[in-house]
Amino acid sequence: MRGHAACRSYFRLLSQKGMLKVHNISVKYGTRNVVSDVSFELGTPTIVALIGPNGAGKTTLIRSLNGTVPISQGGIELDGKKLNELSRREIARNIAVVAQENETKFPVTVLEYVLSGRFANGSAFGWETETDIAIARKALDECDLGEFYNRLMNELSGGERQRVVLARAIATDARILLLDEPTANLDLAHQAQMFRLVRERCRGCDASAIVITHDLNLAAEFADEVLLLKGGEVFAYGKPKDVLTETNLNEVYNVQVLLDENPTSGRVRVTMKY
Amino acid sequence: MLGSAVSIGSERLSLFELTEPQRAILYDIRAPRVLLAACVGACLAVAGASLQALLRNPLAEPYLLGVSNGAALGTMLAFVFLERFGFARPLMAFAGAGIATIVVYQMARSRAGMNVERLVLSGVIVTTFLSSIIVLLTSVLDAARLRGFTFWLLGDLSQATYDGFYLTLAAATVGTIVLSSQARALNLMMIGERDALDFGVEIGRVRLIVFGFASVLVGTAVAASGSVGYVGLIVPHLVRLAVGSDNRLVVPMSAVSGAIFVVLADMIARTAIAPRELPVGAITALVGAPVFIYLLRRN
Repeated sequence: MRGHAACRSYFRLLSQKGMLKVHNISVKYGTRNVVSDVSFELGTPTIVALIGPNGAGKTTLIRSLNGTVPISQGGIELDGKKLNELSRREIARNIAVVAQENETKFPVTVLEYVLSGRFANGSAFGWETETDIAIARKALDECDLGEFYNRLMNELSGGERQRVVLARAIATDARILLLDEPTANLDLAHQAQMFRLVRERCRGCDASAIVITHDLNLAAEFADEVLLLKGGEVFAYGKPKDVLTETNLNEVYNVQVLLDENPTSGRVRVTMKY
Repeated sequence: MLGSAVSIGSERLSLFELTEPQRAILYDIRAPRVLLAACVGACLAVAGASLQALLRNPLAEPYLLGVSNGAALGTMLAFVFLERFGFARPLMAFAGAGIATIVVYQMARSRAGMNVERLVLSGVIVTTFLSSIIVLLTSVLDAARLRGFTFWLLGDLSQATYDGFYLTLAAATVGTIVLSSQARALNLMMIGERDALDFGVEIGRVRLIVFGFASVLVGTAVAASGSVGYVGLIVPHLVRLAVGSDNRLVVPMSAVSGAIFVVLADMIARTAIAPRELPVGAITALVGAPVFIYLLRRN
């Protein structure tokens, strides 16, 4: 393990049994249930791929997990504590989010952007410490953004920005990463790099991640578990090869697929039949 | 800077050899005016800088958002109905600024979030609505007081007193300190409201503090000198060009630069057509409107 600065603290590691427990949660928009009766437990180190058709409630589910979308039923526990009793700072110290980046109208530099992820770790006032800056730079280096420190966010390409957003999440001390389609804007090489970084982070720091993706093969390749959502409900949850089956995919996506084994990794491989 | 500002004017004063009437001009008229100008500038620029970060919009400005007009209406209501209570004016100005802020914010907000155009448009609507009420009110006032008010509405420092200066100085100091203390949270708000929430900012509390103290700043500034427009737009913009977007620098530096900017603008207002005077708000708008158009086009 290449001693991740962000997870050096041994005592934090000791206290992370169980991590995230989700009991029968539902989320309502108006009277409509967008997420219904979802339960699962996230242990460490695990990567869960969250898949499902558009409108299945994937983003809403992820947003409810860090309390930014209120749940109407059920409960979420973070390390044994009720999520809705924790402050935003406490939650942010434990859960980092990689969402679709929205453009900012102000000239924010890449380093400033990544440092904003350190908000919950230091004082809410004042300046970042040397340690904060070292951690931010390391995260940027890991994401292949070494020479981007002083570039402005709105000068970067979509893919570069997406990697900065990941770097910000990595720069937090959080042991749970929630990623909403992190590979949407990325080329082939950076798609694989994104998942490799997430996997390294999870193994190296005993962290875990929930990743929304539409790429079933990336899910099969990198995820320990796959959670398949349909209409806001858990349709299937388990090992990739148990979830990514012809019947499941046919029933959820209404498509015909061919399943075989990836010759290099031995993981399940999904091919569409058009 | 302050020295040259007090010596230049329709009557030129040498600071070292003063006749008795010149002393009176310096101490009773010009000094409080220059000091007030500095504090008003600081108030408006700090309010502008923090509102911009909070609303993620470099075009947010107290004057353009209708906040200044809210404060102006409050001041006028106090002047017309509560004339005997001098302290009512800044209080009513604060209330007016606060209500205008909340109304514009609610109008500009939609499910999809808040875009630049919607915010500016809401500001225009609130501004014109408040202006029409102000016009109705001025028709209640008699002619002599009316002339003073039309001047004051455009931003006028000629009625400066030491009392006004002390009050504005207190507001500028407290407001700058409090809003600078929120600067780290504002850095995240500036990137995105959802980002701020995800990374640990209690956004409701930050919003309350910024709206509250921006209203205090604008309220006191307007009660003392009317609506000096565009200060909160130009000054933070220039500061950002110089030091970048970090609000821990932008907010306090806006206070200093805003002070300098309004003192300079007032110097021009006093001397351009001396011995007559221009409202200082006319000078700031003359500079500010083109800057606004430039920023709008760049967006």
